[in-house]
Amino acid sequence: MAKYLLLKHYRGAPAAVNDVPMDRWTPEEVTAHLRYMNDFAARLEKTGEYVDGQALSPEGTFVRYDGEGRPPVTDGPFAETKDLIAGWMVIDVDSHERAVELAGELSAAPGAGGKPIHEWLELRPFLHAEPTVTDCPHQ
Amino acid sequence: MNEALLRSLTPGVLGILVRRGADFAAAEDAVQDALVEAVRVWPDDPPRDPKGWLITVAWRRFLDATRADAARRRREDLVEDEPPPGPAATADDTLQLYFLCAHPSLTPSSAVALTLRAVGGLTTRQIARAYLVPEATMAQRISRAKRTVADVRFDRPGDVATVLRVLYLVFNEGYSGDLDLVAEAIRLTRQLAATIDHPEVAGLLALMLLHHARRAARTAPDGSLIPLAEQDRGRWDTAMIAEGVGILQAALARDRLGEFQAQAAVAALHADAPTAEETDWVQIVEWYDELTRLTDSPVVRLNRAVAVGEADGPRAGLAALAALDASLPRYTAVAAYLHERDGDLATAARLYAEAARKASNLAERDHLTRQAARLNVRLDAGRDVRRSP
Repeated sequence: MAKYLLLKHYRGAPAAVNDVPMDRWTPEEVTAHLRYMNDFAARLEKTGEYVDGQALSPEGTFVRYDGEGRPPVTDGPFAETKDLIAGWMVIDVDSHERAVELAGELSAAPGAGGKPIHEWLELRPFLHAEPTVTDCPHQ
Repeated sequence: MNEALLRSLTPGVLGILVRRGADFAAAEDAVQDALVEAVRVWPDDPPRDPKGWLITVAWRRFLDATRADAARRRREDLVEDEPPPGPAATADDTLQLYFLCAHPSLTPSSAVALTLRAVGGLTTRQIARAYLVPEATMAQRISRAKRTVADVRFDRPGDVATVLRVLYLVFNEGYSGDLDLVAEAIRLTRQLAATIDHPEVAGLLALMLLHHARRAARTAPDGSLIPLAEQDRGRWDTAMIAEGVGILQAALARDRLGEFQAQAAVAALHADAPTAEETDWVQIVEWYDELTRLTDSPVVRLNRAVAVGEADGPRAGLAALAALDASLPRYTAVAAYLHERDGDLATAARLYAEAARKASNLAERDHLTRQAARLNVRLDAGRDVRRSP
C-alpha cells in the first residue's frame, strides 16, 4: 500500500477546462458538485482507501521565527500570485496507477452546466518509513 | 443496559471517592475502570444497586492502583478511615465536580475534555472521536488537565458562569463525530439544573432545548443548511419547545436576568411564530438590546442588526450594521442578506460570494455559495430579458 496526498488548489494550478467560479453556477449545480465530492469520499471509505481529508479556508498567513524573546513575524494575507491550497485528501492505495485513476475521478466532479470541471489536482506520494527488511534476498 | 443511567451515576460516584480521600486524578481513573467493568458485567448480571456497585468497584480499583506504589501507607490509613457507607451529599459532590472540571486555571479545551470524562462519564476514545483528534492526544489533554487541578480544594464553591461557558462550548461543537455532543451538553446541563437552583443554568438549558428542537428542520437531506425563515416548522419538536419555554418562563419570573435567559428568550420568540412572517421582531430587537446591556458583545450587535432589519426594514438594519466592525465573523453574510432584502441583488451576490470565502465552516460556506449562485442566476436572467427585443 502507498499513501498519496491529493491537493486541490484555489489558485496556482493550471486552469481547469470548465473554469467558472462556483458562485456563477446555479444552486443546483453547486449541490450536485458537493454531492459528488461527498460520494467520492464515502466510496473510498468503503473500499478501504480513504485516510483523511479537509477543506481549508483561503485565508491564512506566513509565519516565521524572529529570534529569542521576539514574537514570530507574520506575513499575509497571501499575495494573489501565490499558490493556494483549497483542500487535501490522503488516500492509501495499492499502486500509483490506482492513485492516478482516483485523482482523475475526483477531477471529473461536475461544475458549471453540470459538466465535469476537468480541474487539475496535485498528486503527491508520501515518503515511506524505512522498511523492516532492507537486505535484498537475491544478493 | 442503560448507558445513560450508568453515565449519570458517574459524578456522584467520583464525588464519593474524592470525599473518602482519594486524590481526584486517581479516583477519576478508577471510576473510568469501573464504568468499563460495568459495561462488561451488567448485561448478564445487573446489580440491584447500580451506584453502590460502582462505588465498591471503583474504590477497589483505586486501592489496587495505589497498592503497588509509595502511597501504600496512605492507603492503609484510608482503609482504616473509610467512612461507613450511607447516604452521601451526592448533589453537592456533583456540583463540586462541575466546578472542578471548569476551573478557571484550565484552558477551554481542557475544561471541555475533563468535564465530558469526569462528569459525563465518557471514555477518552469517545471524546477524541467527537473532537476528531487522535486518542493519544485527548488522553494527554485530559491527564494534563487533571494535573492542573490537582491542588484545587474540592469543597470550595466555584463560579457557575465558568461551568455554563464549558457546557455552552460542548453544545456549540455540534455533530462533527459519532458522538452527539449536543445531546450530551443537554444531558449535562439538565443534570446541573437538577443540582443547583440558578436562573442562568435554567436559561442555558432552555436555550439548548429551544435550539435543539429545530434540529431536524435545520438541514436538508443532502446536508445543506436551511435558514430559519425557510424551515418546515412542522418538523420542529413541539414538546421540546414547550419544555424550553416552561423552563425559561420560570427562570424569567425570578427577575435575575442573564445572557443565557435573554438568548433563550430570542429563541423562544422564533419558536413561538407559526410562520416566519409572524415573528415578533420588535420584541426580538428589545431582547437584543437587553443582551447588549448585559454583554456588550459585538456578535450580539451583529445579530441585533439583522433583527432591526426585519423589524424596521433593511435600510435600518444596514444603518445598524454600519456602526459595527466589518471584520466581525459573519458581518459580510449579514450585509449580503440586508442588501438582498433592500433589493440590491448585485451587491448582495458579490457580498455572499465574499462571505463564502470568509466562512469558518463548510456548511455555512456551501450555503453562502448557493445564495450567491441563486442571485447571480436571477441577475443573469434579468439581463437576458432586457437584451431581448
